[in-house]
Order: sequence, then C-alpha cells, then structure tokens
Amino acid sequence: MNSKLKHYIDLIIVLTHKEMKIRYKSSFLGYIWSVAHPLAFALVFYIAFKVIMRINMEDYTLFLIAGLFPWQWFSNSVNTSAGIFLANASIIKKLNFPRNIVPLAMVLQDMIHFVFTIPVIIIFLFVYNKTPSLSWLYGIPILLSIQLLIVYGTSLMVSSLNLFFRDLERLVAILVTLLFYFTPIIYSETMIPEKFRYLIYLNPVAPLIISWRSVFLSGTLNLFFLIISTLYALSVFFLGYGIYKKLSWRFAEVL
Amino acid sequence: MKDPVIIFEKVSKSYPLYHNLMGIKRFLFSFTKSLRAFKNSRFEALRDISFEVYRGETFGIIGRNGAGKSTILGLIAGVLKPTQGKVLVRGRIASLLELGGGFHWELTGRENIMLNGILLGLTREEVRKKMDAIIEFSELGEFIDQPIRVYSSGMLARLGFSVVAHLDPEILLVDEILTVGDINFQRKCLEKMLNFKKNGTTIVFVSHSMEDIKRLCDRVMWIENHNIKMIGEPEEVVSNYIKFVNS
Ligand SMILES: Nc1ncnc2c1ncn2[C@@H]1O[C@H](COP(=O)(O)OP(=O)(O)OP(=O)(O)O)[C@@H](O)[C@H]1O
Ligand SMILES: [Mg+2]
Repeated sequence: MNSKLKHYIDLIIVLTHKEMKIRYKSSFLGYIWSVAHPLAFALVFYIAFKVIMRINMEDYTLFLIAGLFPWQWFSNSVNTSAGIFLANASIIKKLNFPRNIVPLAMVLQDMIHFVFTIPVIIIFLFVYNKTPSLSWLYGIPILLSIQLLIVYGTSLMVSSLNLFFRDLERLVAILVTLLFYFTPIIYSETMIPEKFRYLIYLNPVAPLIISWRSVFLSGTLNLFFLIISTLYALSVFFLGYGIYKKLSWRFAEVL
Repeated sequence: MKDPVIIFEKVSKSYPLYHNLMGIKRFLFSFTKSLRAFKNSRFEALRDISFEVYRGETFGIIGRNGAGKSTILGLIAGVLKPTQGKVLVRGRIASLLELGGGFHWELTGRENIMLNGILLGLTREEVRKKMDAIIEFSELGEFIDQPIRVYSSGMLARLGFSVVAHLDPEILLVDEILTVGDINFQRKCLEKMLNFKKNGTTIVFVSHSMEDIKRLCDRVMWIENHNIKMIGEPEEVVSNYIKFVNS
C-alpha cells in the first residue's frame, strides 16, 4: 500500500482510538454516562408530553429513543467541533498533517458510540414486544454512511469557520437546539399540520432522523426520504470540505 | 557538499491581526468595515528574507523574543505559508514539539508515545517496533503506564524527546531544546542531537542558550527587526549578538 495513504489511515485509527480511550477511560461507567444523557432526555419528554400533555401515541418511549440516539450523535459532534481545532492548537501550529483528521476522528468516535448504543434500543424494542428486523443489516449501514457525511461535513464547516469567528460556537449551540425542535424527534412527521409538512424537507437532518426511526421501529426505509437525505449528505459534505480546504492553510496563523 | 535542503527566497510573512474580525456578530453587522480592517491590519513578522540551509549542517537561529524565529520554523515545517517569496524544503521533516504538545493528559505514557509517534509521521507498525527502545530511552520506568497528568514537567520532556530521538528525519526542527530535564537527561539530549548530526540529519535549532548554540551549530543566523542581521560562524554571530543586546 502507498505509504502516505497508510499513514493517513493510521492517523485516523490512532486519533479515533484516542478519543474512545478518553471517553471510556473508566470503561463501563463512561458508557453508562453517555447512554444516560439521551435516556434522561427521553424521560423528560415522556413526562412532559405523555404524562402531562397526554400526547396520543403508542410506545412513546421507544419512539423517543429511536430518534434521540441518532440525534445525540449529530448534536454532540457538531457542538464539539466548534472548539476542536483550538483544543489541538499545539500540534496544528507545529506539525504539517492533514487537519481534517482531527474533526474526523471525533466524528467517528461519536459514530462508534452511537453504534454501541443500538443494543439499548434493542432492549427497549423487546420491552415493547417488538423485535429487530433483518432489514437492519442494510438499513443501518446505509443510514450510518449518510449521517457520517452530514455530521462530518457540518463539523468541518463549523470547526474551520470557528477559528475565524470565535463566537460562532455560541451561534451553533443555539442553532442546534432550534434544529432539534424543528426535527420530528419528540413528535412524528404526521403530526405536523398538512400545509406545513413540506417544511421538513428544508431541514437537512429531518429526513435522516425519520428514516432512522422507521428502520428501528418497523424495519422499513422510505426511498424518497433516503434520496433526499443522501442529496443533503453530499451537499453538506462538499460544502464543509470546500470551506475547510479554503481556510486550512491559515489555521496555524490564527490559532 | 553544499547541497541546500532548505531555501528561503525573498520570503516575507505577515500575520493578519484578527482581533478586528473576531466575531461573527461584528462581521454581520459591519461587514464592509471589518473587511477593510481585515485587509489593512497585518503585522509583518519577516521581511524579504533569503538564506539556505545545507544538507547535514546544524543551523542555529537566534534573536530576541518576537524576532520571528518560530515563524521561520513554521514556514519550514509547512504549517505557515509565506505572504511573499518562496520556501523550498527537501526531505522528511520532524519537529520537536513544545512541552506536552501532541500528548493527551488522560492517556498513559505508552499510549502517548503511540499518539505522538503517529503525529510525527510514523506508522503504527513503526511505533510498535520502536516502543521498547523509546521507553528505555525515556527512563520513565513504571511511570510509563501512568496517565501523564501525574508526570512532572521534566518527565514530560523526557517522554517527548524520547519519541523524537527515535525518529529518522532528514530535517529536524528544534524550537528551544527542553531545559526542564535534569542534568542527566539534558546531557542525553545533547548526545542524541550530536548523534543526529553525525548521521547526517540537517538540524535547524532555535535557542536562547548561547552555550548550546555554540556547542551544536555549524552556522548561525541572527534575526533582528524582521530581517537577517547576520549569518556566519557561531562564535562571531553570538558575540556580535551579545554585544548588540547589551549595548
Ligand atoms: N499567529 C500569530 N498572529 C499574529 N502575530 C503573530 C502570530 N505568531 C507570531 N506573531 C508575531 O510575529 C512575531 C514573531 O513571532 P515568533 O513567534 O516567530 O517570534 P520568536 O522569534 O519565536 O520569539 P520567541 O523568542 O519569544 O519565541 C511576533 O511579534 C509575534 O507577535
Ligand atoms: Mg519562538
């Protein structure tokens, strides 16, 4: 194998491994904490919407979890990405390695963590007398790839721009929170009034999250949603990579 | 024998002063003004610098704080791009990182060797092969499996230098040799540097220790006022520099 490519791959492996080691340093406890976060959210929404506001939906807990877990990956990565180059300033100022690997390793780590949480979803499926479907075998890899592109593209964009506009971090945190409520996670897309329903297509993550939930809960994938999220994934990725390419040679002088 | 491996041709480097443009709020609300400020407010760290470093020599760079020494190393390493002029570098580069750079506090010494080695350009396989030698060189004993947040700064320096000592670069960039090591380790570092020298590695060495400069370098460049004040024999350049600073 080309030695440059080999080193590139090794960089990705070691940096991702590093991120994981840091996250799971106290091994099992690290895992529990990371799962506790979306579960706590699920509990809060369950109490707010099911117990108090009496939303009319079966298996609401399961419904919440199937959307919250993939969302957690998106929001964690994007929020972390804002400060990621600043956190690695000392190596970026001295070493000439491909900088995009820093956010990539972080995103991959969040992806792996998300995969690790799928068993929790399975447990909840069983609790609600459902079972995983065979279609997961292709559905999960397809959606993982689409989400990887979206999350990585967004992270590249946010991490690069944040070096030049240091308060972008705050803006991003606000936007991610807003996006959460505009994405059908605590409600289903069918609950949106008909005349506004087209709006979810303007949200790059909505078709993706809807697809995740439908794979997890019913084992089905809607081709239309799949195509839209793929188109979003490719555009976001190329946009993010373009911005990164344009700015990366100046990282060392603004850090 | 005079085979240049680093060539600076009329190199200027200016830094943008980003504080004028640091916020997206400001950017959005006074767009044209910030754009103008962005273009005008640049700080020139190096102006029209030309020099060459030859294969196998140890090239010292001296000068006051803020003279532009680290900027030159950044240009050589390729992390900075010249604003004007050309920088040519031939060969694999390694940089001695600052204390704790390229390390993570929560990881053990051993894990950090892997991380650092990869960042410095080795593959995983190469790091694994060199692991034992690196650990032995560092003399960190059983601390090697402790997280490095419990290390003293001298121990950190040992770890960092031990990784670099086992690289096989064609060009080595050293910005301030680590002075926090104890006498024993400092001697070991110096020996290792001489060893690199003997093996034909080109070394660019920035230091404020005139002792070390005189001991290690074949030629020395003195940077003053964004420009080259003098290049030549270590003794001569150093004594002129000292005279200049004291006057
Ligand atoms: N990222 C940056 N943005 C703006 N100005 C910078 C940046 N880096 C360095 N400078 C300026 O460029 C000049 C040269 O800096 P440099 O770090 O090269 O100095 P130096 O010779 O290494 O100093 P020292 O001996 O203190 O290490 C300084 O005036 C410094 O303020
Ligand atoms: Mg310096």
